[in-house]
Amino acid sequence: MLAKRIIPCLDVRNGEVVKGVQFRNHEVIGAIEPLAEQYAQAGADELVFYDITASADARVVDKSWVERIARVIDIPFTVAGGISSIAQAQEILAMGADKISINSPALRNPELINSLVEEFGQQCIVIGIDSFYNSETNTYDVYQFTGDESRTQKTTWQTRDWLREVVARGAGEIVLNCMNQDGVRKGYDIEQLSALRNDCPVPLIASGGAGSIADFQQVFTDANVDGALAASVFHKGIIAIPTLKQSLIDAGIAVRPAT
Amino acid sequence: MSLVIVDTACANLSSVRFAFERLGVKPEVTANAERIRSADKVILPGVGTAQAAMRNLQQLELVNVLKQLEQPVLGICLGMQLLTNWSAEGNVDCLGVIPARTLRMQAQDLPLPHMGWNTVKASQNNPLLANISPEQAWFYFVHSYAVAPDDATIATCDYGQTFAAMIRHNNYFGAQFHPERSGAAGAQLLKNFLELTDVNTRA
Repeated sequence: MLAKRIIPCLDVRNGEVVKGVQFRNHEVIGAIEPLAEQYAQAGADELVFYDITASADARVVDKSWVERIARVIDIPFTVAGGISSIAQAQEILAMGADKISINSPALRNPELINSLVEEFGQQCIVIGIDSFYNSETNTYDVYQFTGDESRTQKTTWQTRDWLREVVARGAGEIVLNCMNQDGVRKGYDIEQLSALRNDCPVPLIASGGAGSIADFQQVFTDANVDGALAASVFHKGIIAIPTLKQSLIDAGIAVRPAT
Repeated sequence: MSLVIVDTACANLSSVRFAFERLGVKPEVTANAERIRSADKVILPGVGTAQAAMRNLQQLELVNVLKQLEQPVLGICLGMQLLTNWSAEGNVDCLGVIPARTLRMQAQDLPLPHMGWNTVKASQNNPLLANISPEQAWFYFVHSYAVAPDDATIATCDYGQTFAAMIRHNNYFGAQFHPERSGAAGAQLLKNFLELTDVNTRA
């Protein structure tokens, strides 16, 4: 049976892993390779490296760390951040990344999704969506440039429409980051995720809000997502992956055992 | 022991190369026919579509070379599908060294691609799954097309349907999943492949 995936996300800035609260006040967590190796050995199913400076700065920073990660870990990993051309995608994939995740550049140029899928195949093209619930309008709005608070801006897209759009253009997987929840560890946005699940015929990964083992259990059972992404609970040692996986197995959720 | 990874010009080859390097083997990545023929073991990787990959192999004049190999060959993911007779992905004739067919997955209501870790079950004598217990046999899959189970199937997987996770005919082996990205179980499988002898490849 296909396992639900546990996916630590490592936000990368200037070659170091950082984490902020609701995308702000980034603090340094540590160097990339030892953390990557540590998570792979602990039983992570996959890793995401999010170069949070790149997209907002409209440039691709030094990505040589991608190849260093590919050498040491034996689980799949995704690289996100500032990939806005076929050539940049080619470079990252050639260095050994399994997937690339596109966010702001896809909003700027949706046709990019089609080009990437045609060139590299659907299986390695992930679309990241930053979705913010606006309580005044009662809408889920898509934001871009979320790596840099000063440039973060709302787009004209509502989340459901953008999700349908990127799936129609061939996206192979969706990471839905619920911004209201990000970094505050109050649980995943079950309501939004379950509402969008039916609009998502490709794998759907929940992001933003994990604070406890119960949160993971809930997002798998109530929102039926394929994977759960989290950062601070892992980086801060609040949840150990082997303990998390055993708890999920005990709860009857299909999970690859940590050992 | 010489190991060649066929440079199919469309594949992400680094992760396969690194996986063997972690096992202490230095593979050669090449599209040179003579180097491929003379290698002790051959890996056929693959990412992208069957149609594009077969086109590349034709342009590289490797179709007949790959069909006539006698040493152990392991096709990975799309590389496995290329070993079959035919793929529905672009309705394309493949290498035809393993009597099997590649079809679009029918996964009921489940998301496609089939992406993530799944268990495989050896369906007959399978030297590549040696020293991997059924409880450990978790592998990482990413695909939307799959080989229909038949006599060439040596391991199966379930995702909305049962499909061939591994196939084999004589010296040709295929794995639908990515052993290079499948943790300790994947590393053991690659090690088993490196240790195959002639006895293993004459069914």
